[in-house]
Amino acid sequence: MHGALLRADDVAALVGRTPLLRLTQVARDVPLDVRIWAKLEGFNPGGSVKDRPALRMLQEGLKSGKLTRDKVIIDSTSGNTGIALAMIGAALGFRVELVIPANVSVERRQIIEAYGAKPIDSDPLEGSDGAIRLCRQIIADQPERYFKPDQYFNEANPLAHYATTGPEIWDQTQGRVTHFLAGIGTSGTIMGTGRYLKERNPAIQVLAVEPDDAFHGLEGLKHMASSIVPGIYHEGELDGKVPAPTDEAYEMVYRIGREEGLLVGQSAGAACWAALQVARTIEHGDIVVVFPDFGDKYLSTNLWQGWSQRAPRFPRGLETNGADPDLRLV
Amino acid sequence: MPVNVKVPTPLRKFTAGSETVSGNGATVGALIEDLEKRHAGIRERICDEQGRVRRFVNLYINGEDIRFLQQLDTKVKDGDEISIVPAIAGGAA
Repeated sequence: MHGALLRADDVAALVGRTPLLRLTQVARDVPLDVRIWAKLEGFNPGGSVKDRPALRMLQEGLKSGKLTRDKVIIDSTSGNTGIALAMIGAALGFRVELVIPANVSVERRQIIEAYGAKPIDSDPLEGSDGAIRLCRQIIADQPERYFKPDQYFNEANPLAHYATTGPEIWDQTQGRVTHFLAGIGTSGTIMGTGRYLKERNPAIQVLAVEPDDAFHGLEGLKHMASSIVPGIYHEGELDGKVPAPTDEAYEMVYRIGREEGLLVGQSAGAACWAALQVARTIEHGDIVVVFPDFGDKYLSTNLWQGWSQRAPRFPRGLETNGADPDLRLV
Repeated sequence: MPVNVKVPTPLRKFTAGSETVSGNGATVGALIEDLEKRHAGIRERICDEQGRVRRFVNLYINGEDIRFLQQLDTKVKDGDEISIVPAIAGGAA
């Protein structure tokens, strides 16, 4: 449990053991005997659920001999995995290089650099595919120099959740969990945690949350039908998928902030919206939903800044950029 | 006054796979209406029921975000290039 570990000798030892928070306000209208619990992964030292697979992938790399002291850890992600690799790389004493599109937000670049990792710019017009291609090319030029964790195909990713997230949820709910929901990006969280929980109680419903359309604004989540399917993803192990609309997910982020006192990212908004949908269809149960991170690193994204005249409680009345004045009154 | 519109991968199912399509309109709003006539279904991905651009969608005219111009009333002229870009920065694929 969170708080049980008051001291640690290194940052890596602080990964995991995140708290469960019962959502009471946003879940006001769910049946009386249904509880929704948010697993607050933002409490990890790197600020997201990705600390777990990043740590495990590096540990497995060391164990297998593929990651040696002379190697540089490289990957093509500007998201939470990049931050987690930079953070744990620093804690374990490894050099880290991250290939990122040149247009990623200033905060992300600063966070990565603050951990001593080196950002390598890829063409912004080519998006994350461009970063993947450049990363492959860099490795191909000097294969012996690099270790690539490869979160989409590395079984250490789901294994991290099988070994930690799953048992934590089982213990924290004293085995009462009936439904488990998590967003799918690499699918590591849902696969590993779901596998563990099903072993403990096969009746637990394991449900993946995904964007409702290929064209979406849910950073970190993947619309599987239109994406390159991760090697670690096995849809047959899921009990179902809940498609989440971006607009509803953003709205939920605003509500969680104002009503629960928790500032979260858009993927947590999507997961919470999905958990509420499920909660309204059952009469009894304990639903556990993963909130992958907190929301501070999204303050400069469309979630808050985009067409922010419409974001509740963020009236930008002083801006006169030609917008319809009515929009600024909301 | 045809202009080029760059379409992101997830919306190319409406444009028969084309990365760039052409459209007409004096403003960005009118251009979107025109795109809808040519590629039915595309408008509701870009705009909500009230006709406002969805929060997660960014529209650029010659690389400038229309949010900081005149939004949907931003004037469009011959040869301009419009890009439709969803707001996703991270992720590895």
